[in-house]
Amino acid sequence: MVDLLNYEFMRNALAAGILIGISCGVVGSFVVVNRAVFLAGGIAHAAYGGIGLAFLCGFSPFLGATLFALFSSTLLGVAIQRWDQRLDTVIGVLWATGMALGTILIDLSPGYHKDVMSYLFGSILAVSRPDLYFMLALDILILTIIGTYYKEFLAISFDTEFAMTVGLPVKLFQFLFLWLVGLAVVMMIRVVGLILVIALFSIPPNIAETFTSSLKTIIIYGSFFAIVFCTLGLVISYYFNLSSGATIVMIAAITYLVFLSLKDLAYKSRQIQQ
Amino acid sequence: MKKAEIDTRLPAIKFDHVSFSYDSHAVLEDVSFSINHGDFLGIIGPNGGGKTTLLKLCLGLLRPKKGKVEIYGKEPVKMRKILGYIPQNPNPNPNFPVSVLDVVLMGRISHSKPGKRFRRDDYESAKEALSRVGMAEFLDSPIEKLSGGQRQRVFLARALATEPKILLLDEPTTGIDAPSQSMLFELLKELNSQMTIVLVTHDTIVISRYIKTVACVNQRVFLHEEGKITQQMLDATYQCPVDLIAHGVPHRVFDEHNHVKKNKEDK
Repeated sequence: MVDLLNYEFMRNALAAGILIGISCGVVGSFVVVNRAVFLAGGIAHAAYGGIGLAFLCGFSPFLGATLFALFSSTLLGVAIQRWDQRLDTVIGVLWATGMALGTILIDLSPGYHKDVMSYLFGSILAVSRPDLYFMLALDILILTIIGTYYKEFLAISFDTEFAMTVGLPVKLFQFLFLWLVGLAVVMMIRVVGLILVIALFSIPPNIAETFTSSLKTIIIYGSFFAIVFCTLGLVISYYFNLSSGATIVMIAAITYLVFLSLKDLAYKSRQIQQ
Repeated sequence: MKKAEIDTRLPAIKFDHVSFSYDSHAVLEDVSFSINHGDFLGIIGPNGGGKTTLLKLCLGLLRPKKGKVEIYGKEPVKMRKILGYIPQNPNPNPNFPVSVLDVVLMGRISHSKPGKRFRRDDYESAKEALSRVGMAEFLDSPIEKLSGGQRQRVFLARALATEPKILLLDEPTTGIDAPSQSMLFELLKELNSQMTIVLVTHDTIVISRYIKTVACVNQRVFLHEEGKITQQMLDATYQCPVDLIAHGVPHRVFDEHNHVKKNKEDK
């Protein structure tokens, strides 16, 4: 285990796992209580268009993904406010179009791109030191914004209409939230891969919810679980030469199943006692 | 933050030739009425007749397509601080991980600064609102563990925590048990000495017992403002929604029992 830390790529990947875990727990908890898991999925997949554009034009795929994620967040923000009844359609269109656009742009790019897979399913080799600084900056940004406006985000997530009547700028906060989701997605693409992002958004807060019914505690436990899944997943994917994102998600999913079964058992045994 | 000053001589709510439509579907047409400070207005009418729209116009959640809504002479959006609201379906997300106290504190947002934590007086005000509705002991309970009636009382506490001068309730008794219902109405009656109350309800018995003014809403608004309950008003109250639903021909019904399209300031 210790010898793993001798490799710089592994140290970077593990540090990235911790940084991702934090943003996952914070943003993911709000994603779950707002029932916006597929919204986050749409943003993640649309980001692929930006990765394709970056390949074609030769700039950083990270930057491309960030631009496309923020753009699709904004688009979804408009969709929520204008076409709320058909939001699922908008998400679906955005999801598939982003993937299609990315694929075509990569087809058009000269050369052979074998590292495309790492954007889809994550790779432990992908995280560089500058990436880490970028992730750290995003973590600080996310924590500052959610920390400062926690009561506003809570009120809007719980009851949007009431939040409007107490004078909150609900639309602005909705956009802010979607941009944070976009940024968290971009952070996760390196290690988890954009296809698997929604699992890491939704599973840790859902497990946390079996212990507590306070959003604050869900955020803390959720971050803890996300960090544990990332670390375990990275270590296992190293030893067995697997895709890091897929391994992380499988560990998360198995843990989730175990917790659900335990919860179910506990519930049944309580019923038998009564 | 400072409480908004209000002039109680002005009508608490005034609609001046207000029309509202969703796309091309007219919901309210040329509605004019006003109610005074301290009134207890019951709004009845068929489903889809515009009751909820009327409330949302009062709250400034919707803007009239034509005409003007005024709350104590000002735009509703500017008067949000004095408006307390209980939405029709206040909890579309019943498993939301949040405690009773946190929910009531949401009513304090208009009194606190954005980006700042709630202060001690916010907590005190929230706790006071909770004991007022008899839910003080549930302070730390998760909202998902409460019954429908208890939850509704928490939402009333949340509206009270805003320290409103006008309380607007949209069918607050839907799906809650009888004891909670009567407790709610007794409480509203008591609160009416301090604030104007607007209540959308299907419960006509409640109207006869607690309400000072009745408005029948079906695209237009007809106000019955008898100070006390009369047989005529009871008839009107009972007939109004029933007949409207049964026949869908509003004017025949209205003709029969002498509705007055009232404008208090015209007196």
